[in-house]
Amino acid sequence: MFDTEELVINMGPQHPSTHGVLRLVLKTDGEIVSEVVPYVGYLHRALEKIAERVTYIQFMPFTDRLDYLAAMNCNFAYAGAVEKLAGIEVPPRAQGLRVIFSELNRIASHLVFFGTCGLDLGAWTPLLYAFREREMVLELFEMTCGARLTYNYGRIGGVSFDIPPEFEKETLEFCDYFVPRIKEYNELLTGNRVFVHRTANVGVISQEQAKRYSLVGPNLRGSGIKFDLRKDEPYWGYEKYDFNVPVGAGEYGVVGDAWNRYWVRILEMTESVKIIRQALAQLPSGDIIAKVPKVFKPPVGEAYFRAESPRGETGFYIVSDGTQKPSRLRIRTGSFTGVSIIPEVGKGAMISDLVAIVGSMDIILPEIDR
Amino acid sequence: MEINRIVELLKDSFGDAIIELAETKPDPYLKVNKDRITDICSYLSQEPQLGFDTLMILSGMDLGDKLAVVYHLYSLQHKHRIVLKAELPKDNPAVHTVESIWQAANWFEREAAEMYGITFIDHPDPRKLLLTEDWIGCPMRKDYVYPESWHGMPLKRPADEK
Amino acid sequence: MYDIINYFVTNVKILQSIPFWMVQAAFMLAGCGAVLGVAALFAGVGSVVERNIAGRIQARYGPNRVGPWGWMQFLADGIKLVLKEDLIPDASAKMPFRLAPYFIFTVAFAAFIVVPFSQKLQIADLNIGILYIISVSSIVVIAILLAGWSSGNKWSLFGAMRSAAQIISYEVPVTITILAVIMMAGTMSMQEITAGQSGGIWRWFIFRYPLFTIPAFLVYYIASIAEVNRTPFDIPEAESELVAGYHTEYSSMRFAMFMMSEYVNVLAVSAIAVTMFLGGWQSPYPGHIFPGIWSNIEGLFWFFSKTFFLVFLMMWIRWTLPRYRVDQLMDLCWKVLLPVSFINLFGICAWMLLA
Repeated sequence: MFDTEELVINMGPQHPSTHGVLRLVLKTDGEIVSEVVPYVGYLHRALEKIAERVTYIQFMPFTDRLDYLAAMNCNFAYAGAVEKLAGIEVPPRAQGLRVIFSELNRIASHLVFFGTCGLDLGAWTPLLYAFREREMVLELFEMTCGARLTYNYGRIGGVSFDIPPEFEKETLEFCDYFVPRIKEYNELLTGNRVFVHRTANVGVISQEQAKRYSLVGPNLRGSGIKFDLRKDEPYWGYEKYDFNVPVGAGEYGVVGDAWNRYWVRILEMTESVKIIRQALAQLPSGDIIAKVPKVFKPPVGEAYFRAESPRGETGFYIVSDGTQKPSRLRIRTGSFTGVSIIPEVGKGAMISDLVAIVGSMDIILPEIDR
Repeated sequence: MEINRIVELLKDSFGDAIIELAETKPDPYLKVNKDRITDICSYLSQEPQLGFDTLMILSGMDLGDKLAVVYHLYSLQHKHRIVLKAELPKDNPAVHTVESIWQAANWFEREAAEMYGITFIDHPDPRKLLLTEDWIGCPMRKDYVYPESWHGMPLKRPADEK
Repeated sequence: MYDIINYFVTNVKILQSIPFWMVQAAFMLAGCGAVLGVAALFAGVGSVVERNIAGRIQARYGPNRVGPWGWMQFLADGIKLVLKEDLIPDASAKMPFRLAPYFIFTVAFAAFIVVPFSQKLQIADLNIGILYIISVSSIVVIAILLAGWSSGNKWSLFGAMRSAAQIISYEVPVTITILAVIMMAGTMSMQEITAGQSGGIWRWFIFRYPLFTIPAFLVYYIASIAEVNRTPFDIPEAESELVAGYHTEYSSMRFAMFMMSEYVNVLAVSAIAVTMFLGGWQSPYPGHIFPGIWSNIEGLFWFFSKTFFLVFLMMWIRWTLPRYRVDQLMDLCWKVLLPVSFINLFGICAWMLLA
């Protein structure tokens, strides 16, 4: 007598928990999601096409717009790719500065993750706590390069500005202030029973799935695979610093659930502080940028360079034909594969779980759409 | 494992399908026959001593007279990498999908398909990814001409006229 | 209320010349108006207080621009909401869509009719006072369903369905807990329940049979948070999942009505919790300081102190905890709260028989 049918519902592009303009078309049976189809591309700006029209040097500001929460990492990854292509040796001081700013930006980005992950699960307060600390990191950036979101701080062969004299003192002060705050976060959210109930055993990604979907960064490590580009393919002198690579261990549920992905990021913030302290102590003096000709023409060839960004790997595949403009520039970002796994993980979850899954993946849309 | 050793192993198994190892600087790439790409990739992922378990990135590419698909593979267990390049003719660019080996290829291939007009045979979900469903043309090709208008909306600004 | 009317009728000459039913009606209306005013004022002030508390919890300031320390913020909000366009979506069922806010508003305020604010200040001392509250608070479900379904929005429908499931489920432990209170008091009249707790803090029902009554109070309090849809049980309007749940499509004053009724509901459940467990208007010490009719002021003070403390607790919880998932919410209700409330009921029962 009664027919039931699945309800097709649009989650996004304008929805509070889709982190921008992700659109998920859900087929739901009551609260249970039977199918998820992600639609991306609302922020497509054809950055790869633009890259073919501008010179290598001119493309730097565009990389800011990839991952606006970690623009430093994108800057440096692009610079690293071009340097690899042209065989430019980066001065030691610039390498140290790159490490410091990459790690500071990783902290800033993970703080936003911490806040928004809580927000997705209905906890408002963590967001404000996280932004309080993020503000301090942004002030350090502002002090150095004048910008607070899109820094354009990287340069081919180095960085654009040297740090001001008071930077070192203030960064160390921030580090001292920040480490106890992580404990505060754990008290507020990490061990909270409701939070654990919402994230443990939810959105489990097995090691096999993580590999097949080429997950990177914290999402991969949350599934228990110990792989970090900073350790496994060291660049910019990361091999000089002593730090751990946190891996999901399934403290509350199984390895690879949303809680593990969250926890890996929280632990990474502590490790970043460690790296910053060491890098500041070891920072050599000298040039901050290598000698790069004004009319910059890398030799014919191709290079793929990837760096560990807060969302995993930011990779640039550049093909040069010996002119001032790249013949092909391809951008690989962590969120891209992160979203492509959502249909598989989200199947059979509840709507609330889906929010937790999307939240724990720490996706950012501009770097998917490029 | 060294790149040359990987190429030797591949040549033993596939012979002619492995065309040449192009010694480009700094990353060399291996030119392969497009028709055997699925076999080569499944061999690379399944052979224990190679163990290429992740696809770092799959890119489409316009070489001028030809198109190409570039596969950057990485092995998490052996920590080595290889770049495969399959060249396709421009009039009928079609290549088999590697989606069954690495699911990450699903979205990468969808992007390459819409941007370069490459057909991925047996792809389970051949919709457009970043572009709208009704976008005409392959925007990333070198000979792509930007359309005057789309659904009656003018797309060219005065600044573009120069 | 009748005592007050009688007092005035015997002492004010003019009133004796008017028929008694008219005086009664006039006083009743005035009383209702006063309660409506107080509750509405609370809804406004409550929102400002909540935003200030949230601000302090979240290491920021909260509203601090309009009026002294931002206390006039709710007036600014109210004016803003009144001036906004009253959007009625095309896909909505117009009539129920318009009706739902009034419905929820009325129901929210109706509970206050039987709440004893002090010895004498009470609109109507119904002899089935508690039963009345149980029935009135269940009507909220209908209003929410009406709002959610008539909006013609899938998210609203989701919110409404969740809300219906949630409120109906949580009614059960609440009612069983109330049963225990009725048993202890031997009456359903709110005023008599309060009177049964006179004689200082240790005579309050929460400490009557501590082993069972303290858990009973907690069950009631947790379930009442769920009934008023506040975090961690705010799944019907979970903004990160359902946009805004059943009131997604509402704007302007209709939205304000939902907002106000939420705060009024918070006040209502806290007032009921105070009446049932924390001695209502009774002071923590035996007797009262002010003599005669003035002891009402003392009663008012204690009643509102306790009520606002419970309201504050709710706000504190809201800004600290994440949100439960819908199935976990049901688990909590049926697998934890319900058995506990049964144990409490039987425990209190046994204790009363043995004592």
